[in-house]
Amino acid sequence: MDLDSQEQLLRLSETHGRDDLVVVIGAPDPESAAVTAETIAKGDPSYAGALAGVQLGLEVRHVLDEEIRQEVPDDIWDAQIGVMADVLDGAALTEAVAKASQGDGASG
Amino acid sequence: MLKGKQVVALGERDGVSGPAIAACVEAAGGTVAFSATECFV
Amino acid sequence: MNAPVVVAATQVLAHVPGMVRHGSKPSRELPKDAEVERKFLESLRTFDEAVAYPPHQAYLSTLHPRALPERPWVGTTGGSASRFGGGGEVMPEEELLGLLAAVDEAGLVTLTPGLAERAAAALRTHPLGKHLALDRIERAVGDVGGAREAPGSLALHVGAGRAEGAVRPADEVDQALTASVLLENLSSKATATLALLHLVHDHDLDPQSIDYVIGCGEEAIGDRYQRGGGNLAKAVAHAAGLSEASGMDIKNFCAAPIPALMVAASLVQSGVFKRVAVVAGGSLAKLGMKFQGHLRNDLPVLEDVLGGVAALVEADDGVSPILRLDSVGRHRVSAGGSAPQIMEALALEPLQRLGLTTTDVDDFATELHNPEITEPQGSGNVPERNYRTLAALASKRGDIAREEIPAFVQTRGMPGFAPTQGHLASGLCYLPHALARLTSGEARRVMMIAKGSLFLGRMSQLSDGMSLLLERNQGQEKGNQGE
Repeated sequence: MDLDSQEQLLRLSETHGRDDLVVVIGAPDPESAAVTAETIAKGDPSYAGALAGVQLGLEVRHVLDEEIRQEVPDDIWDAQIGVMADVLDGAALTEAVAKASQGDGASG
Repeated sequence: MLKGKQVVALGERDGVSGPAIAACVEAAGGTVAFSATECFV
Repeated sequence: MNAPVVVAATQVLAHVPGMVRHGSKPSRELPKDAEVERKFLESLRTFDEAVAYPPHQAYLSTLHPRALPERPWVGTTGGSASRFGGGGEVMPEEELLGLLAAVDEAGLVTLTPGLAERAAAALRTHPLGKHLALDRIERAVGDVGGAREAPGSLALHVGAGRAEGAVRPADEVDQALTASVLLENLSSKATATLALLHLVHDHDLDPQSIDYVIGCGEEAIGDRYQRGGGNLAKAVAHAAGLSEASGMDIKNFCAAPIPALMVAASLVQSGVFKRVAVVAGGSLAKLGMKFQGHLRNDLPVLEDVLGGVAALVEADDGVSPILRLDSVGRHRVSAGGSAPQIMEALALEPLQRLGLTTTDVDDFATELHNPEITEPQGSGNVPERNYRTLAALASKRGDIAREEIPAFVQTRGMPGFAPTQGHLASGLCYLPHALARLTSGEARRVMMIAKGSLFLGRMSQLSDGMSLLLERNQGQEKGNQGE
């Protein structure tokens, strides 16, 4: 994950606290979604950024997660996501994010 | 999930971008605390 | 009317495994871990492997991307598999180091006597050798050991071998003139010059007949007072012997080539200039960007080539494909930044404006990054995702039925084959193929689509992009009917 984004996440987790903060990601592939989710939940696996060794434990979801979909009004969803929901594999992305943020973290 | 929450939108250029996620979050009643888009190509 | 046409396009590659370590990612990662560096050096490709690599042959245009063999491409051979082919060549590393010295006007490069001799000898027999300032190679000979020790300098290696050269910074403190920035700029200049020389001499053009050169590469040359000052284009024009040309650079991240073609076509149609060349060199910073994914998957380091491209735009000759200026699609500030909104603005809106549908376009050329390079690092298949988005929108619009989406992707799209240097992948790499198909009549319309991630500069959250239609020349249609 971008080093600047890592710093922003660290700063926001300190000012808002874990329960108030949700991270929503838009990665196109399960593999990159998993790496991003793992970084947010358990720290930077590449040990390059501010989240190296930092277990933020934040709630992280993919934007195509069905739970997120239910909360977004249809007109906004159609305009902003639209056919991307068909182009990307929402179920696989949702699962990859859940696994990487909750499992034992052995993602690529 | 989103309503009343501070939300960080981490988009990807090839998937769903930061601004697109942010627009969904705001429409769902969340507050966008930070939004960014990454590009890997 | 001066309808603008593209009369010729050439593409070159320089295989530079020794320079990959100076790519942005490897230069940050290799010094951290000796074991990673060892594996990296063991995983560099040979020149013959790089020449035979099917996507490289597609880039040279010896085979169409849709004729590429099934993947994996690593370890297989495609096209003519020869160094010279299509409208260009793959240049080996020693010659490229010689070329760097030949286009170096500031004495930045030092070479060992052995390397300089071998490079000069090879370039003397190169078909374009007589157009290069080969005397500069001899003048670059010096104490490479000493030059490497100088503060801020960078070593130049041939493959995994020892250092055979060095690049010095031009200023001790100016961050815009460090050795690594200058090596990026010089690499871009060298590969763009090579492409332009092929364009001019392979097509028997008079170098003095070209009025203007537009650069659309990724480097922003300058100094501390103006980091993106620009005009590498004029430097390239000079190096290629275009004594009557001037030039400028167009910057727009990876999208720059399509705006560059648009400007070139506009200058021709308006009569400001008769002949305008569009050029770009390779992006050193992007070499080895995904090497970690390649090593993890036991692949060679695949981002080991610098690309170069040159195309010539002039007034209608009755034969060459027409750049339709009324087809320009732009991404408005208000268009929205989601992938479908961008595709809508760039592909669908212009077609609708012209009274055409997506099925009136034979080939869509967009972001043709080689998926064998991007997938191992988790970035997926970029062109396929674009084509699926486009096909989904075409289906939504009623141009095709939902079940026709896969066929649309397969017949109007194509596998990615470009090195992961965004400006080359952004439609531009398809230009030689487009010219061939539109001239032969195999295709009637080709749409080139480029996207640029301008949000990376932190001044905006916006993206940008532009599209342009290339159309078969009506003069040819009439000619054929008359036969």
